[in-house]
Amino acid sequence: MNNTLNILIGGEAGQGLVTVGEILAKSLVRSGYYIVVTQSYMSRIRGGHNTFAIRVSTEEILAPQEPVDLLVALNDETLTLHQKELTPRGRIVADQGCTLEEENCLKVPYGHLAADKFSNIAALGVVCSLLGLDEALVGRTLEDFFGKKNPGLIEENRRILSEAFRWTSAQPTFAGKLPPLSNPPSRVMMQGNEAIALGAISAGLKFFSFYPMTPSTSIGLTLARLAGKMGLLVEQAEDEIAAINMAIGASFAGAPSMVATSGGGFALMVEGVSLAAMTETPIVIVIAQRPGPATGLPTRTEQGDLNFVLHSGHGEFPRAIFAPGTVEECFDLTRQAFALAENYQGPVFILTDQFLSDSYRSLKPFEVATLPPIQPPIDAVFSDLPYHRFAITDSGVSPRLLPGLSEYLVVAGSDEHTEDGHLTEDLSLRKQMVEKRLKKMDRIRQEVIPPERQGDQNPDLLLVSWGSSKGSCLEAASMMRSSGQRVASLHFSQVWPMVPEQFMGFLQDARQVVGVEGNATGQLASLIRQATGFEFHQRVYRYDGLPITPEYILRRLK
Amino acid sequence: MVTLEAYGNYETAWCPGCGNFSIQKAVKKALVASQLPPQRVLFVSGIGQAAKAPHYLNVNLFDGLHGRSVPVATGAKLSNPGLTVIVESGDGCNYGEGGNHFLAAIRRNIDVTLLVHNNQVYGLTKGQASPTSEPGFITKAQPEGVASVPFNPVAVAVTMRAGFVARAFSGLEDHLSGLIQQAIAHRGFSLIDILQPCVSFNKVNTFSWYKKRCRELPSDYDPKNREAALKVAEEWGERIPIGIIYRNDRPPFEDNFPVLQEGRLVGRQVDRNLLANVIESYR
Repeated sequence: MNNTLNILIGGEAGQGLVTVGEILAKSLVRSGYYIVVTQSYMSRIRGGHNTFAIRVSTEEILAPQEPVDLLVALNDETLTLHQKELTPRGRIVADQGCTLEEENCLKVPYGHLAADKFSNIAALGVVCSLLGLDEALVGRTLEDFFGKKNPGLIEENRRILSEAFRWTSAQPTFAGKLPPLSNPPSRVMMQGNEAIALGAISAGLKFFSFYPMTPSTSIGLTLARLAGKMGLLVEQAEDEIAAINMAIGASFAGAPSMVATSGGGFALMVEGVSLAAMTETPIVIVIAQRPGPATGLPTRTEQGDLNFVLHSGHGEFPRAIFAPGTVEECFDLTRQAFALAENYQGPVFILTDQFLSDSYRSLKPFEVATLPPIQPPIDAVFSDLPYHRFAITDSGVSPRLLPGLSEYLVVAGSDEHTEDGHLTEDLSLRKQMVEKRLKKMDRIRQEVIPPERQGDQNPDLLLVSWGSSKGSCLEAASMMRSSGQRVASLHFSQVWPMVPEQFMGFLQDARQVVGVEGNATGQLASLIRQATGFEFHQRVYRYDGLPITPEYILRRLK
Repeated sequence: MVTLEAYGNYETAWCPGCGNFSIQKAVKKALVASQLPPQRVLFVSGIGQAAKAPHYLNVNLFDGLHGRSVPVATGAKLSNPGLTVIVESGDGCNYGEGGNHFLAAIRRNIDVTLLVHNNQVYGLTKGQASPTSEPGFITKAQPEGVASVPFNPVAVAVTMRAGFVARAFSGLEDHLSGLIQQAIAHRGFSLIDILQPCVSFNKVNTFSWYKKRCRELPSDYDPKNREAALKVAEEWGERIPIGIIYRNDRPPFEDNFPVLQEGRLVGRQVDRNLLANVIESYR
């Protein structure tokens, strides 16, 4: 028996593909399996070709997989495009009207099982039955999905589900299915953007403003859904410029604030980045990357904006950039971003991408009971009078007070300013203020998360990744190790600032160092070379809009 | 008891004779008349000579980017509705660079008072046309004269049913001060478009030019009548009506957020049990 299986559901937008995908994924998680979901969709509301791929396993997995074991075709185009990806043991689930004559094609009489608009639920039933999932469990999941909205709909859906299970049980069994788990662990299913939203709430987020932009929008939607319950305020701004300025205003007044966008929207926010730095206002900025330049491939993935974010904003000021590699890291690093923004008083970035933003995973629920929230200084009292918001201190961090909450007045300015916040053209003070702001870099440096190294000592090959490519690097490395090679991986979940002492040894110990990045120019590799002079030996880059997979890495290394 | 002294006395960087001086006096008088202690007031400003005005006041201040003061003010007000939030900046800032934010603030009806120093010219960058410059106005950047139709902020605000719309003249200080006091008291977005002379760069719309034209609305004028308000807003020429041109009492933006009914966002703790439940709901 196999312990891993790759299911690909393909169809047009509007066919209910994501619904099937999410209910199936949730049913798999509830049955105790691990999943990695990859969503690929076109920038259109109806039609086009979209896929929802679920890699499922009895053991923990971190990466998507290319070969398909179960191809669920909601239309003929899916067959044309993906039939060649089928593994030898693979099976196709298609409508009985399809022209395929292959033995491995299960032709489903959707017309008999369900009315046209419910054929996606019939497909769900067929797949779940083939996989050997418990019908009652799938039914409950379906109910959770539709139940509250429409009780009539759920009854109809459950009937179709049963029909589909019954029909499938009379068909040949699917050899590729996973063994059932006797004592399945109970896990939650979550995607990267949801974990960022929840991590932010756990850290004390109170204000979120955004202008919708794929693939960041679901962060805003998750927060908007929870705003009333969790005591935060979400506002859809008139544009990205307003979004970041609103968040800066909210943060200045004392509400921990975040914005989220993608590269094009971030381009508009950039003047606000500089403003946050100059006014020393904490703010967390999430950039869910998609391919550029300009509007690029609106719904695909890329890791192409590291350089942009690193250099965003005019003038010189400190910053930190996090790059989560898993959904768990999305949660944890968002918390860290809030803590850092508050402690050093300035902009902190989280770089994610479409693949991770939309990728559902099964994970242990986050333990939030004991997590400390990050609080701005509500009750701070100052004995050194008069109060100066930008007092020059040894650490570069000045005492922060909030307007309206004490007897002291808080003055902040985007012009170069005096210690009390008023604009100045005293050029010697200007010099001191530049130094004061840059000094905060020391604080950021002290807290830099070291890159995570795994695998063999003195490896022949070291795969270096950042952000969402983590899982694929880890799995590629492990595949190579199992074929007898000495391989290690090094993952950067914080890409700026860089502390070479943390990783130079790892780079030097390896015979070959390979950069693995979702961009065309090797932005992390170049950054490392710039910081250390170290030149990578080989580069595995992907920039066709699809996520890096372990297979992609192995093909490139051959 | 809040006195004028509470708001301080500062040296300014303005040209002698600038309209900013009397606007500044009117602002101070209005704050004192409203009995607002400086600690409760947050000024937000942008870029330009008008934007410097709050630097010469003893108040909380966020002096941000060109054109972006309205969104900053919106965020601050939502974060802590207990603050009296006033935006003070010029015509270029609010009607040019920040035009979209101006429209959005009216739509939201956020409880922010917007004081626009409107001198129909860019002063700080030395005399280019502004969104409110009149056609034919000649500058070094527009040597053939301004070709665009001027933006009429008052007419736009009335059309969009802004909560409180007024026009004022910096030369009528007490009248202006009274308007500012009423704008601060108004719950919802309030605009005061303040006509003022720029002694250095606008040789057309001078103090006497405005003085000759600006006329207070009659005491029986009803600012709730939007049809009449639109006519008044469009009046510009030999006679320019000043005063409260339009007002309505639609609820301010903040009232739409149940979360704010329990008080300000600032200082609110995360309910960890609730959050644990939310995370459980992903099971």
